[in-house]
Amino acid sequence: MTNIPFHAKQHASFALVDGNNFYVSCERVFNPALEGKPVVVLSNNDGCAVARSAEVKALGIQMATPWFQMQDLARKHGIIALSSNYTLYADMSNRMMSLLRQFSPHQEVYSIDECFLGLDGFSRDLTTYGQEIRQRVRQWIGIPVCVGIAPSKTLAKLANHVAKKRPEWNGVCDLGSLQESGLNELLADIEAGEVWGVGRRLREQLAAMNIHTVLALKQADTALIRRRFSVVLERTVLELRGISCLGLEEIAPNKQQIVCSRSFGQPVLHLAELREAVSSYATRAAEKLRRQSSVAGAIHVFISTSPFREKDPQYSQGITIPLPEASDDTLKLIRAAQWGLKQIYRPGYRYAKAGVMLMELSPAGSRQHTLFSDEGAEKRSARLMQVLDGINRKMGKDTLFLASSGIMKGWGMKQGNRSPCYTTDWGELAEVRG
Amino acid sequence: MIICFTNPSATPYIEYRYIIQYRAMNQSTRGGARAGAGRKPSPDPTTTIRVPISQKAAVLDFVQQRQAGFRIPSGMEIFAFAEHPPRQKFPLMGHSVRAGFPSPADDYVEKRIDLNEELIQHREATFFLRVKGQSMVDAGIDDGDELIVDRAIKPEHGRIVIAAVDGELTVKRFFQRDGLVKLIAENPKYPDIEFRDGQEMLIWGVVTRIIKQV
Repeated sequence: MTNIPFHAKQHASFALVDGNNFYVSCERVFNPALEGKPVVVLSNNDGCAVARSAEVKALGIQMATPWFQMQDLARKHGIIALSSNYTLYADMSNRMMSLLRQFSPHQEVYSIDECFLGLDGFSRDLTTYGQEIRQRVRQWIGIPVCVGIAPSKTLAKLANHVAKKRPEWNGVCDLGSLQESGLNELLADIEAGEVWGVGRRLREQLAAMNIHTVLALKQADTALIRRRFSVVLERTVLELRGISCLGLEEIAPNKQQIVCSRSFGQPVLHLAELREAVSSYATRAAEKLRRQSSVAGAIHVFISTSPFREKDPQYSQGITIPLPEASDDTLKLIRAAQWGLKQIYRPGYRYAKAGVMLMELSPAGSRQHTLFSDEGAEKRSARLMQVLDGINRKMGKDTLFLASSGIMKGWGMKQGNRSPCYTTDWGELAEVRG
Repeated sequence: MIICFTNPSATPYIEYRYIIQYRAMNQSTRGGARAGAGRKPSPDPTTTIRVPISQKAAVLDFVQQRQAGFRIPSGMEIFAFAEHPPRQKFPLMGHSVRAGFPSPADDYVEKRIDLNEELIQHREATFFLRVKGQSMVDAGIDDGDELIVDRAIKPEHGRIVIAAVDGELTVKRFFQRDGLVKLIAENPKYPDIEFRDGQEMLIWGVVTRIIKQV
């Protein structure tokens, strides 16, 4: 028996708009010399590939390949490696999302480079509409996008995959335009692992049940899927059948966890330096926490050596510190983080990474006071945090910071080849030949 | 019954306040005033107090005795307040209530000029670029000027545009007539850029304003 959720819709319509190699495309807008060349964008610290141009994908370089592993190929094929410039990508993303809002009153920003648009009740030809979206974003922002259109979000994701991988669709794939037989033929040609929410493990388990293609998953027995896996996967099957079970989440839910972690530019040996790094990450995380008006109930601190330095002794440890009272106070969070760090730090290792994660987040207004809470002190701390955030917003990041974050930041990030912040920094505007 | 007043003998720097609470034999101690509520004392000691007539004698008696030498009368307790009483917050009204003749200038008040609004037509598609080079000086575009560029505007013959040529962004005047496409330099020392069939040229955006340092 199939459990169809009560809010499911039979004739919904969604578009998924997704930037092609988004980070690389952002770089190319301001540096046309990168057009047609193999380009990778490396993660924080120039660690591994987080975006690959089509030319790099064609060389068989996988996502998340460490830079040092592809250096031979890079030399041979002239791969251009850029440090990630998230300031630029975020600004370009905001422009793109804002522009896409003009195409539908219902938008769910799903990630930095993709969003769903609700197209229910649009009477026009959706493929044409998709092409308009594509051309508008390309012309106005300079970013190439693909558009997938379908009666459910899961199918829209799949349609986007088809639009990207199969040139005959010319960047826009409306699965709703296909007859059932044509659609099934297409789905029979796509691996089940491409379906939204089907990860590697699920894919293997499905394969063991002889479900290899999207079509096979679509036609699977929903009751069996629910029993063997979960209601979630059952819903995926329904979505593949064109029954929309997942609505648009138009208001981004507040984050349930806030993580701030980085790899160090060079290995760090001493507790003092780790303390600075942890303080600085806790500061950043606390800022994010206050921006979404939440308080954290616990803080997790972790440190680790580099798994790529195989000859080094390896150590990796984390600790979660529950806070006596949920807080958004940088000072309290740092104090807890420092205490945790002291518990897990072991001398004699070359640490490559550290981070903090704020957990058990709840809205700031609803916190519970403990028996020993000091309301006056809390108000003072709230004022202090307001001043801190206010000054840093106005005068620039890190104008005011806690000395425990360190001033030299010898552990800072390696960003050897970052492009300028073309769109957000007056001093770094793109140059044009006059 | 609650009476608040400022201790007349206190030094001007520290403000002490007391509540004198009269507790009648059968009277409940519940309800009544909250600490810190009510009108705040002015910096000057106030002198006027209002008490029920029936209690006037008792209060005066207390005050006199207190001035003579501190003694708590039976049935009364004295609570010393904190030196810094908690602050009470009042909502700040967004508008003021006007008394008298309204200013005739009020009708002419406009919001201030917002350059973003005036100079930017398509927010998402507008970028700033900085000029390097002399090829457009006759069009008033000098080395170091900033340009406002709108990618949403259709490039038409005669407009100043940004184009991507040979992997570089360049600013030139767009020429498109009789099947001929050119990028014209506005400086006799610089050649125009001409395109032949099959050659690719991308118009990046249209220049709408020049920003100059004076």
